[in-house]
Amino acid sequence: MTITTARETPAHPAGNAESRLVGLRCRECGRRFPIEPVHVCDFCFGPLEVEYDYEVLRRTVTRESIARGPLSIWRYRDLLPVESLADTGWRVGYTPLQPAPNLGRALGLKDLWIKNDSVNPTFSFKDRVVAVASAKAREFGFDTFACASTGNLASAVAAAGVRVGLKTYVFLPWDTEPSKILNALVYGANVIAVKGTYDDVNRLCSEIADQCHWAFCNINVRPYYSEGSKTLAFETAEQLGWEAPDHVVVPIASGSLLTKIAKGFGELQQIGLIAEKPVRISGAQATGCGPVAEAFERGWDAIKPVQHPDTIAKSLAIGNPADGYYVLKLVRERGGAVRAATNDEIAQGMHLLAATEGVFAETAGGVTVAVLKKLVEEGIVRSDERVVAYITGNGLKTIDAVAPVLVPPPLVEPSLEAFEALLAGRAAEHRLEL
Amino acid sequence: MAIKLRIPTPLRQLSGGAAELAVEGRTVGEALAALEREHPGFHERLYDETGQLRRFVNIYVAGEDIRFLQGLETPLADGQEVSIVPAVAGGSPRAV
Repeated sequence: MTITTARETPAHPAGNAESRLVGLRCRECGRRFPIEPVHVCDFCFGPLEVEYDYEVLRRTVTRESIARGPLSIWRYRDLLPVESLADTGWRVGYTPLQPAPNLGRALGLKDLWIKNDSVNPTFSFKDRVVAVASAKAREFGFDTFACASTGNLASAVAAAGVRVGLKTYVFLPWDTEPSKILNALVYGANVIAVKGTYDDVNRLCSEIADQCHWAFCNINVRPYYSEGSKTLAFETAEQLGWEAPDHVVVPIASGSLLTKIAKGFGELQQIGLIAEKPVRISGAQATGCGPVAEAFERGWDAIKPVQHPDTIAKSLAIGNPADGYYVLKLVRERGGAVRAATNDEIAQGMHLLAATEGVFAETAGGVTVAVLKKLVEEGIVRSDERVVAYITGNGLKTIDAVAPVLVPPPLVEPSLEAFEALLAGRAAEHRLEL
Repeated sequence: MAIKLRIPTPLRQLSGGAAELAVEGRTVGEALAALEREHPGFHERLYDETGQLRRFVNIYVAGEDIRFLQGLETPLADGQEVSIVPAVAGGSPRAV
């Protein structure tokens, strides 16, 4: 397998004084590289991250300048690595941050909020990261936009391709929910089902990325793509009146979302838009694929990959999470925890969120609610903290998963008598239960 | 012990283009030290300034990541294969 890695720029160029994008920087060894479609340091194989000039941003970005922006992620464009916007008519992000008093009461929390990303254009938070990646892909001059996906990313990529005029190729594990496969096909993407796990798909895509010169979200444009997740933190702070919450709970697949939410709150503090505050961060996984939860609980520094993920939370079924180490470090530093939920707990979590707050989340949302419940029970999330739980996708994407905890409806003859008998029967049952 | 070291593509400029090298070593640490002696330049690519194996470089012995064996002290059998695999896109022995 060839690996396309960045060549280090011998000396960091001074650049335009007002240029907010410095370049790419290795998270491990610190080497710097120019803004190019590469994601791995050629010296130490560490991941590359976009570096901004925070002095410039401190001078140019204000709460007012953000408030003048569109009701989408692009109000934060100065904090995103995109120079030109392809499609501002596509309303991505700026999703509801809703107070969740009923769910809070059920879990024992006084100040719980739900960030509801189930309502994005393709019904998951992936629209955010894909909006950034597709804009960057166009800037780099690619004609094809691609991804390895557990489902949500595939439909986000497929739709974005339509919106910005890029051909799309999406690669999914063969056992992805059929609705997610259709959800990508309907936009006209080239959908490829791979006989393997997500990790096999990802590995294959690395090889294809080298060969075909396509923009792969999670490969060669990953440093730009992942920045889109910071907008979840930006919006949370803005919607709370320019203030960070006390504790956030984030589902973990690759770990990128959690680390970028932390980065987002950190950047707002760094450029003076919100007060300094070390936001506590906890992570949620599924027991059938919980390598980060396991490493956290065992006090490991390294992640032991899960070879055969087995969970209804397929969107979190990444056996070898690329950002796993950084998640462990962050969660430990901030005094949070990573826990995992079983299939039954996940379905119960989906049902509880819908029945208390009217939000129907996919399995990842059920994971987040179920783990939040455990964290409260353990005292890791305190009852008086301001808590934000990130709901990353819509329940219609994984509708079958909630069936086991729902009672099928009764069948009645089409007569008033039959219905009244049913109601009477229910009233009698209720009296018996009291 | 005679060890077969598998060299990933990005590091082959250090091995004179070789995908596989024969070195001697009773442990992974010894094999990598032998590698550095015979082909200088590997050490700084595999280890950081504190002497720790770099986070995004994986070493596999018989398909197992040494981090879950005895690390650099992992003992080696005669003729065993040790793979150096950059942790790109879920690095595993199959990735090379």
